[in-house]
Amino acid sequence: MSTLTTAPPAPTGARALVKRLSLHLDTLPTGAAVVIFIGMIVYGEAAYGRIVQFNTLSNLLINNAHLIILTVGLTFVILTGGIDLSVGAVIAFSSVAGVMLMNAGWNPWIAMALMVLIGTAFGAASGVLVQYFHVQPFIATLAMMFLGRGLASILSTVPERLADDNPVRGLGTQIKLYDGPKVNDIAITPGVVIAAVVVAAAFFVLHRTRTGRTVYAIGGSEQSAALMGLPVVATKMWVYIISGSLAGLAAVVYTARLGSAQNITGIGWELDAIAAAVIGGTLLTGGAGFVLGSVVGALVLGLMNVLITRDGSIPPEATTIITGGILLVFVLLQRAVLARRRE
Amino acid sequence: MPESLPIVEMVGISIAFPGVKALDGVGLRLFPGEVHTLMGENGAGKSTLIKALTGVYKIDDGEIRIAGEPRRLGGTADAQHAGISTVYQEVNLCANLTIGENVMLGHEVRGAAGINWRATHRAAGATLAKLGLGHLDPRRPLATLPLALQQLVAISRSMVAECKVLILDEPTSSLDANEVEQLFTVIRGLRDQGVAILFVSHFLDQVYAISDRLTVLRNGRFEGEYRTSELERAQLIAKMIGKDLAVLKSLDAKESRRVRTDEAPLYAATGLGRKGAVEAVDIELHRGEVVGLAGLLGSGRTELARLIYGADRPDTGEVAVDGEPTEITTPAKALAHRIAFSSENRRDEGIVRDLTVRENLVLAVQARRGWARPLPRREQDAIVAKYVSALGVRPADPERPVRLLSGGNQQKVLLGRWLATDPEILILDEPTRGIDVGAKAEIQEYVADLADDGLAVLFISSEIEEVVRQSDRIVVLKDHRKIAELEGGPGVSAESIVTVIAEDGLGDPSADTAVREEATT
Repeated sequence: MSTLTTAPPAPTGARALVKRLSLHLDTLPTGAAVVIFIGMIVYGEAAYGRIVQFNTLSNLLINNAHLIILTVGLTFVILTGGIDLSVGAVIAFSSVAGVMLMNAGWNPWIAMALMVLIGTAFGAASGVLVQYFHVQPFIATLAMMFLGRGLASILSTVPERLADDNPVRGLGTQIKLYDGPKVNDIAITPGVVIAAVVVAAAFFVLHRTRTGRTVYAIGGSEQSAALMGLPVVATKMWVYIISGSLAGLAAVVYTARLGSAQNITGIGWELDAIAAAVIGGTLLTGGAGFVLGSVVGALVLGLMNVLITRDGSIPPEATTIITGGILLVFVLLQRAVLARRRE
Repeated sequence: MPESLPIVEMVGISIAFPGVKALDGVGLRLFPGEVHTLMGENGAGKSTLIKALTGVYKIDDGEIRIAGEPRRLGGTADAQHAGISTVYQEVNLCANLTIGENVMLGHEVRGAAGINWRATHRAAGATLAKLGLGHLDPRRPLATLPLALQQLVAISRSMVAECKVLILDEPTSSLDANEVEQLFTVIRGLRDQGVAILFVSHFLDQVYAISDRLTVLRNGRFEGEYRTSELERAQLIAKMIGKDLAVLKSLDAKESRRVRTDEAPLYAATGLGRKGAVEAVDIELHRGEVVGLAGLLGSGRTELARLIYGADRPDTGEVAVDGEPTEITTPAKALAHRIAFSSENRRDEGIVRDLTVRENLVLAVQARRGWARPLPRREQDAIVAKYVSALGVRPADPERPVRLLSGGNQQKVLLGRWLATDPEILILDEPTRGIDVGAKAEIQEYVADLADDGLAVLFISSEIEEVVRQSDRIVVLKDHRKIAELEGGPGVSAESIVTVIAEDGLGDPSADTAVREEATT
């Protein structure tokens, strides 16, 4: 009962880990995602070989940079207990619009900025619908999804190729950091760097700013957060704007890598991003989860595709079934954690 | 106490909701260094007045002056900037965050690299220590604390904001006697530092123990402001309910019902238990009988009720309803045996806030029929008319969303919902928590009438006096097991039950080690 002036000495070693884990049951699903990711790498290496290699892992990051960016945006929204279904369609519209503008002679950098801003506008529109017109996030962002897909199809229904000399392609160019034997290189693209910066910035915002903590508080109890005097309305607007803007940014990164854009790009990516966030330990009801977990979730999905390709005997059509299976396991795990927490 | 200038002055406040005038020209003055209690029945407008002061509701008419300056409060954040903090009856914290973060949310210590968690948790620890909660680790999740401690954490939170005015809206309704005393020590400390405190409680003893001044509201109107020392309790109650105390007294004077306990019990359980919740309990319920469950917070009262209802699945035990052995493992099976359970957690497990009074009332009946067979509107109206008038739901508007009703009236709607299913066994968990004397008397009277009509009632309350007054037989629980069963009568009083609880385990040396902090529940 006396005043607490000195912090208790920090326990060390394995006991500290156990204590930390028991304190933070929320980290269990994320921990499980890390374990599964490592397990998949070990299994892949044992069964197919050439997984624990610089070039395989580099490609994993390069090919999934856009998914990581998307997942970070979704993580913000899901943490508040909302959802954003529009991101896949935003990518389609933003990338088709951007490529067409560049091909029409626009300055590529201005066009790229516009691609991001298109996402921002979609996010802001979702936020206004949710916050001021009290539309369910599911419905509001579903409407924006149809709108985005429709606009993309109006612009063009054929692949729009980016000119070979377009500087945007530079964002997708591989830069060798280490020249290994037999193309076993460590390589990154500017897109990967962008994704890394996004992840770091998101981590800072969520864990080190009041806005980020408000995001978690809203997910815990929106009513309580409002009664505590936290800026609930502004914060909820922000999460949709962040999600939309990051979808725009993902469009830039993806287009730069692929070199073309199409109106059917990104179908179902919102669900991939949601799945990645959930696999990474973010609770769909909000209030619990980590942006780093979401990154792991995105990499789990990416690695799964790699393993299926390597295996060769699994038909690619079965990919979604396996994704669904993994997702189900993680959701069940989360239910178990929630049940523990209620006790 | 010298008469200083009021820090908060509310003059002629009026607020109208569609169809009803919630406040009509109400005034309130709060003085620094004084505890001021707001009294009134449920629906008298206490909550509305508080929400006007905290900026949740816009006022239609009148003026709020803070430190002499007229202010317009546009929201909770506005009120907090003006130095007004509020602690609500229902704990309004975020269970997904740590204790320390709940204390500090919005006031985190920030450095060059964003929030400095070490300093933030240290500040939270220091604030908690001021409330005598220094033993809590600010890094632990809030959800690990029992409700009562969460309430104290909520109060700590308001102290971080350097408040000049602290509003405590029924903070004691889920605290036990020790915790209330701890809270009062804190309140007195804050008062002596010059904080103006607005206190709302339905416990008259607490009101008289803590407050310097009273404002009484009735039906949205101002009844008067009094010094506590100059107003007798009987006068106060008369002012609150606007009639004499005959209602209350008649209940106390009521002869105990003749219960034929020799008859076969309607419900009998032997060895009913669930690991970690309740140790094997034998319990019988007879027709026309009110059985009370007494025990301290965390003694397993609610857990036992949930087992009987099948909300949690019992691990052990045999159950017979009407002499027929059966298994009640789900609420649906309980309902089929005409057992109804009204939860203590009114907000989360009881009413559906956004549905109307009518929809809430018919919910259980509709659920039993199945959703494929909607209840005809005529039958709905009949149910609604019956229970709105029988229970005295105010305002008597069936199409009003339940969230706009006061706590006591929400409870009446909840009671009505289960009565509409025509149960034979009715389990009431804390039906009178957070309810004023008037509504409490009405509900108690109604429960007694139900038993007279042949229902078996299991009555749970943390107010032992109430259990004693209401019950024909009392089952006493402690540490998740049944320690005694007492026949109601002149020999049984709150004191005697407390003695039973206190003496249980004495002389058993192992019992000392079994004393745990409630935090483990």
